[in-house]
Amino acid sequence: MSEKILDVRNLHTSFRTDAGEVRAVNGVSFNLEEGKSLGIVGESGSGKSVTAYSILQILTGNGRVTGGEILFRGEDILKYTPQQMRQFRGKKCSIIFQDPMTSLNPTFTIGNQLMEAILLHTDRTKKEARDRAEELLTLVGVNEPKRRLKQYPHELSGGMRQRIMIAMALSSEPDILIADEPTTALDVTIQAQILELMQELQKKIGMAIIMVTHDLGVIAEMCDEIIVMYGGRVCERGSADDIFYGPAHEYTKGLLRSIPSVNGQKEKLIPIAGTPINLLNMPKGCAFCSRCDNALKICLEEVPEEELVSPGHYASCWLNVKKRMEGSGEAAS
Amino acid sequence: MSEEKMLVDVRELKQYFPVRTGWGKVLPLKAVDGVSFTIRHGETLGLVGESGCGKTTVGRTLLRLYKPTGGEFYFDGELVTEKNMPSLRKQMQMVFQDPYSSLNPRMTVEDIIGEPLDVHHLYSNKAERREKILSLMETVGLNAEHATRYAHEFSGGQRQRIGIARALAVNPKFIVCDEPVSALDVSIQAQVVNMFEELQEKLGVAYLFIAHDLLVVRHISHRIAVMYLGRMVELADADEIYDHPMHPYSKSLLSSVPIPDPRIARERRRIVLSGDIPSPLNAPSGCPFRTRCPYGQDDCAECMPELKEVESGHFVACHHMEDAARMKEGVQLR
Repeated sequence: MSEKILDVRNLHTSFRTDAGEVRAVNGVSFNLEEGKSLGIVGESGSGKSVTAYSILQILTGNGRVTGGEILFRGEDILKYTPQQMRQFRGKKCSIIFQDPMTSLNPTFTIGNQLMEAILLHTDRTKKEARDRAEELLTLVGVNEPKRRLKQYPHELSGGMRQRIMIAMALSSEPDILIADEPTTALDVTIQAQILELMQELQKKIGMAIIMVTHDLGVIAEMCDEIIVMYGGRVCERGSADDIFYGPAHEYTKGLLRSIPSVNGQKEKLIPIAGTPINLLNMPKGCAFCSRCDNALKICLEEVPEEELVSPGHYASCWLNVKKRMEGSGEAAS
Repeated sequence: MSEEKMLVDVRELKQYFPVRTGWGKVLPLKAVDGVSFTIRHGETLGLVGESGCGKTTVGRTLLRLYKPTGGEFYFDGELVTEKNMPSLRKQMQMVFQDPYSSLNPRMTVEDIIGEPLDVHHLYSNKAERREKILSLMETVGLNAEHATRYAHEFSGGQRQRIGIARALAVNPKFIVCDEPVSALDVSIQAQVVNMFEELQEKLGVAYLFIAHDLLVVRHISHRIAVMYLGRMVELADADEIYDHPMHPYSKSLLSSVPIPDPRIARERRRIVLSGDIPSPLNAPSGCPFRTRCPYGQDDCAECMPELKEVESGHFVACHHMEDAARMKEGVQLR
């Protein structure tokens, strides 16, 4: 088994708002192995992006990690000084954001912005940095890199800008790359280009990827391990095959039933009833129980613990506990 | 092909927008450049393509939200003109993409749904108006007590239901759905998609379903049209186009769709196109796709390929369709 590069234990993140404290992430645990890709999937407000931002400590002013540990190669990064944190960001772990239109500064050239990242994290001279920037652009498949360095973001297409963002994230050869909905703003054919590029680069550079997305298709193509989040908690985590072929949480099952089938059979979709929960008004028990068809009495009262379903596959659902107890009851009787 | 009377019959629809390029020069941006298609009563035609291909413009031009530059549109056998459009509006409606900006924040749900009824004088007294609104709300699965609330009090999925109820208010025969589920979460998408299907079964309404989520389009559509740079490149039955796409663009588009199934995803080969979509202001001569086409040949630059019926009901616009058989064997979605 390869080594754990990131081990997140019982992470809590909350935001102070006028309406009260919003617990966006509520006891999330997972780990990421060296060179693997992990997908975090969930709908809006499930806490998937906040989990990613907590790792890099780039939450907005009113947000704060309130508990838990984030171990990077055994060191708790929550105990880092601001100085160490700056070293961690960009150098060890970098991020690409959803919207390539807004995450580049429109008033600086591509070269300027790329070189800034390189100069910050390595001790290259300006000239070397320019050469490196050119090299990076070639690596991410941007044609005519020399000319592009002198261009401004508005002169480039969305797919091209996302490539620039990836080049910037890779500039210091990070060990972990966090991609927060990297292709949501792009067209399908451009999305295919970017996903292909990320897979290629992962093979070449050997970095680990955390992919945050709501698109189950992207997750299925890209990820070895998957975490399914709902209402700030992890419902289920396991390998891609575990999640897609043997889902053990009612929410995951519902999600998979609600997407149209791949082979084009025109059966009715089975939607998940109700609407996503309000984080300001979290239920006492399982966050999903108000939309769950098979909810038990205990689901309303108590938050289910994470349990092992099969090796490497965990789920937090009372129904599994019930099934197991019935099973052992039968065995005993 | 038209022994059967088509509900929607569009012929050579064109929509150009003037674009100022500085120094007082004005160039035509050919958003839609000669698109023809038909939709039967109670049928769903899916319209797919990437951003900027003109799919939204087609929908908006049909409803005369823009004044078309050229082409003809027959609705239920009647040529649509500026003159008869106001009366035809009762039969054609639209559901917009963004449920957040397409509802007036200062109106209650009752007034939003009631507005089309007011415009077309579809009630004789207040009580009848209210009754109609409540029955519409029931049709789309909203509670009667929501009638006095404002749009901001609802979630995205519920707002989309309000938008659909508004479109249904005048009892239309044809609804243009412009990316109606794109702004919604996956678990809510299925609710809305199911509702569209149920409404079609119940009311027999036809849809032009514009979307970029190709799995959803396949699920809901009877036939699907693929657009590229303002032109239609392929049109066929939903299953036919997914299982045997013929146009090289449709093939790569369909092979790019991420499949929510890891085993299939691992085995399947993507046809990744190089480069970006050219600007419609500066479209390539001849076949618009030739700059990115893996099969592109010199003669593709000479003239625009026509949309031809290659097999019964399967239309393709490509100069090299003699290779169709070979291409058909090629890479499939699965």
